[in-house]
Amino acid sequence: METNEIIYCLKKIVKPYVQNDLAFQDFNIKTDFTRDLEINSAHLVDIVLDVEDEFNIAIDNQAMENMMTVGDAVKIIKKKQVNHDR
Amino acid sequence: MQATELIEKLPYSYPFLYVDDLEEIGEEGITGHYTFPESAFYYQGHFKNNPVTPGVILAECMAQIGVVCLGINLLQKGKEVEEPEEEKELQIAMSNVDVDFFLPVFPGERVTVTSKKEYFRFNKLKCNVKMRNEEGKLVCKGEISGMIVEDE
Repeated sequence: METNEIIYCLKKIVKPYVQNDLAFQDFNIKTDFTRDLEINSAHLVDIVLDVEDEFNIAIDNQAMENMMTVGDAVKIIKKKQVNHDR
Repeated sequence: MQATELIEKLPYSYPFLYVDDLEEIGEEGITGHYTFPESAFYYQGHFKNNPVTPGVILAECMAQIGVVCLGINLLQKGKEVEEPEEEKELQIAMSNVDVDFFLPVFPGERVTVTSKKEYFRFNKLKCNVKMRNEEGKLVCKGEISGMIVEDE
C-alpha cells in the first residue's frame, strides 16, 4: 500500500477522536496524535485497534509506544504488511 | 485473587469506596455488591427532602466494581508467577462513561454490579457494565472504560 493511501485511511480512522480541528485540516506525516490533534491516550488505543482491523495487522506494545505521529503509524503499518505478505 | 485481597488493593477509601464485596472474579468479567448507606453525605442535597442516589455515584460504583476491580485482577493474572509483594503504584483514570439509567436507587438499597470485559489492551480496559437492584431489576447499564497501569 502506498504512503498516500495509508494516510488517507488513517485520516478516516482518526477523525472521530480529533479535538483540534485546525490541526486535522493539515493532516500530514508530521502530525502528532497527542500534541497536534489532542487525542487522549484512551482514544489512541481505539485508533490502534481500528488500525489493526483496517489493515489486518497486529500491533504490539513496542509498536504502540513508538506511534507518536502519522509518519510513525505509516512506517509501522508498512512494516507489518510486509511481514504479512511473506 | 481473593475478594478481600482485591478490595484492599483499591485506591479508594471512605467516603468514596463503593465496593462492599465481590462474588465472581474472572478474566472475562466480575460481579460485586454495594449498599448505599442511608447516612451518605450526598442524600443531604440530592434532592432537597427527597433522597435519591445521584447517577454519577451509581456510575462511580459501576466503574469501581466493573472496571477497577476487574482491572486489578487482570493485572495480577498477567504476572507469570506470584511475585513477592512489592507495593507497586497503581495508576488509574476513567476515560469514558456512557451509561443509561432506568430506575432510581434509594438510601439503604443494595445493588449488584456485573461487568463483562470487551477488551483490555495497551492499558485500556473497556467493559459493558450493568447494575441491578435487590429485586433483580435493571437500574443502569452502559460502557465504561479506564486506563489502568501498574508502575514498576
